Amino acid sequence: MKTITLLTFAAAALGAPRGSSAPAAAPLSVVATTPDLASIAKAIGGDAVDVKALAKPTEDSHFVDAKPSHIVTLNRADVLIEGGAELELGWLPPLLESARNSRIAAGAPGRIVASTGITMKEKPVAFDRSKGDVHALGNPHFLVDPLNAKIVAANIADHLARVAPASASVFKANLATFNATIDAKLAEWQKQLSPFEGAKIVTYHKDFNYLADRFGLEVVETLEPKPGIAPSPSHLAVVIAAMRAQNAKVILVQPFQNRKTAETVARQTGATVLDVSQQPGAIKGTDTYIALMDHVVRTLVNGLQGDK
Amino acid sequence: MYMNIGFSGLVDAGWSTTADVQSLQRGDHDPAVRGFTVPNEEITLDGAVDPYFKGFVNIVYKVDAEGESATELEEAYVLTTSLPSNLQLKVGQFFTEFGRQNPQHPHSWAFVDQPLVLNRMFGPDGMRGQGARLSWLVPTSFYAEAMVSVLNSLGETMFSFRSEESSEIHGGIPAERDVSGGGDMVVVPRLATSFDLTSTQTLLLGVSGAFGPNNSGPSSSSSVLGADVYWKWKSATALQGFPFFSLQGEYLNRSYGAAERVTAADPISTLPSETLKDRGAYGQLLWGIRPRIVAGFRGEWANGDDAAFESELRSRRIRLSPNFTYYPSEFSKVRFQYNFDDRKGFGRDHSLWLQFEFILGAHAAHRF
Repeated sequence: MKTITLLTFAAAALGAPRGSSAPAAAPLSVVATTPDLASIAKAIGGDAVDVKALAKPTEDSHFVDAKPSHIVTLNRADVLIEGGAELELGWLPPLLESARNSRIAAGAPGRIVASTGITMKEKPVAFDRSKGDVHALGNPHFLVDPLNAKIVAANIADHLARVAPASASVFKANLATFNATIDAKLAEWQKQLSPFEGAKIVTYHKDFNYLADRFGLEVVETLEPKPGIAPSPSHLAVVIAAMRAQNAKVILVQPFQNRKTAETVARQTGATVLDVSQQPGAIKGTDTYIALMDHVVRTLVNGLQGDK
Repeated sequence: MYMNIGFSGLVDAGWSTTADVQSLQRGDHDPAVRGFTVPNEEITLDGAVDPYFKGFVNIVYKVDAEGESATELEEAYVLTTSLPSNLQLKVGQFFTEFGRQNPQHPHSWAFVDQPLVLNRMFGPDGMRGQGARLSWLVPTSFYAEAMVSVLNSLGETMFSFRSEESSEIHGGIPAERDVSGGGDMVVVPRLATSFDLTSTQTLLLGVSGAFGPNNSGPSSSSSVLGADVYWKWKSATALQGFPFFSLQGEYLNRSYGAAERVTAADPISTLPSETLKDRGAYGQLLWGIRPRIVAGFRGEWANGDDAAFESELRSRRIRLSPNFTYYPSEFSKVRFQYNFDDRKGFGRDHSLWLQFEFILGAHAAHRF
């Protein structure tokens, strides 16, 4: 019992809680689960925020290790932005339990669920894991549609203004700039991809469906037979047949996905493997969301052009 | 959905060169017989109680070596979510936070059986009990957490303390002993810290202790000390968490103050007052070769100093266990394991085990 008393005293002496009474000049500590969310938060928060991402840009964001260093990061955060839709289900809950930070508790102004307000695709009508690891709330890879990035940015600006009202006008102005940039870029990206309307593409995971829908492309197959299930030879035979029948000539692969499998399929179908990412920073020169989308569109244009 | 509901089922099958498999596989959730064992069928419930507490419940069903069904309340506790000053309180029945593996549920173990040293110090079910745990996340730039648990000292899951099974350690008839003060509780302090060595490597270190009364006599006590280490490397371009390497090791040392006691096997004789000293360690290496395939190797050793009562649970033993696990998905696994055993007084044994696991419903996220 002695130990408890000592601990309590030590805690009271050292662990003064941080709160909204912190000076307005100190930037808000914003933690995003993934680098794409971090990039948008930086665009909205500007100098008023200090942004950190938990997942590495190169890793599979479904399977991030719940490292103890993340507990420390979350313990000190003023704001947490999560993708939501069960993207981080496998690693965020135990981190939050250990972080014991009420500023980022569910429902607090400091907790932002990016999927709020997004029209989710592929929401299952029945829950059945024989269909693979399907997310009950729909496909969580929604940020590759630039219009969804605008919804997320507005959500972030709204929460940041509630957490730091003194900087609300800055966030509002930054949001307007971000939206204007997205609108201009979207027109540019649509123009670049318009010659390829209806083009057939293949992806590794169901991770570019929102992008395909926005730009009029069609995902004919994924190398994974079902979400989270490794490609099998029999499924790859189906993919190869579908690619030949529908003349799909590009396969999109992220840095953490198995490129060798994609190369094997590409060799048999005369297709090209395109290295793309959903996370800023995974590929050189793509440090922001806009730069990332520029890269994805440019890579697609080059890949689809090559096949004309 | 106010609550996550999950179920995890384990089924073992295999063979050992000894027909007395239970003398070899002493864990409550180990394969226990030649043939099939259904050692751990677990229902897990968890969710937010209100803005201030989270609740967790684990109920285990199992079929024992005699084919009888048994139920146990493994864990049922609440955890505070918003205490000030980085504090957190856990109250109820829970696995004691001592070392690395003791607080883990069998379904998240990397091998089909409980490490020898944990079995010897904490009993077949590991150490868990009724009590409270206070944790303080130290406000340092790196992770450091100080914890202390205060627990009842009575029961089979308090093996080194006031357990009816304690004869297996000291050979005497357990003494009737009441709780007369705070000193009759078990106190378990733990310190843990972690560092990211590089962006792909993490090290976790811990030291733990457990201090409390035992029932070899009216005023005798035991202490267990432990040190644990866990290191993991995961590729910066990991797909579904693969490839990775991890190394886990624990060392435990027990000092069991045995009072002068009536010999259980021969009640007209007594055993002398003595301190029973035991120690043991295990180290395990896992290699996540590619998505859903893991190869592992565990080496274990446990030993105790000579004493008036010669206990099978205190004599020298080593065990070597290579294994191989295939996960068809996140929700199922198939594991093969070979055990080479060398026990003083019993000689060598070889065992081959196959384990299958399936998960329904919510799959609890894995801690680091």
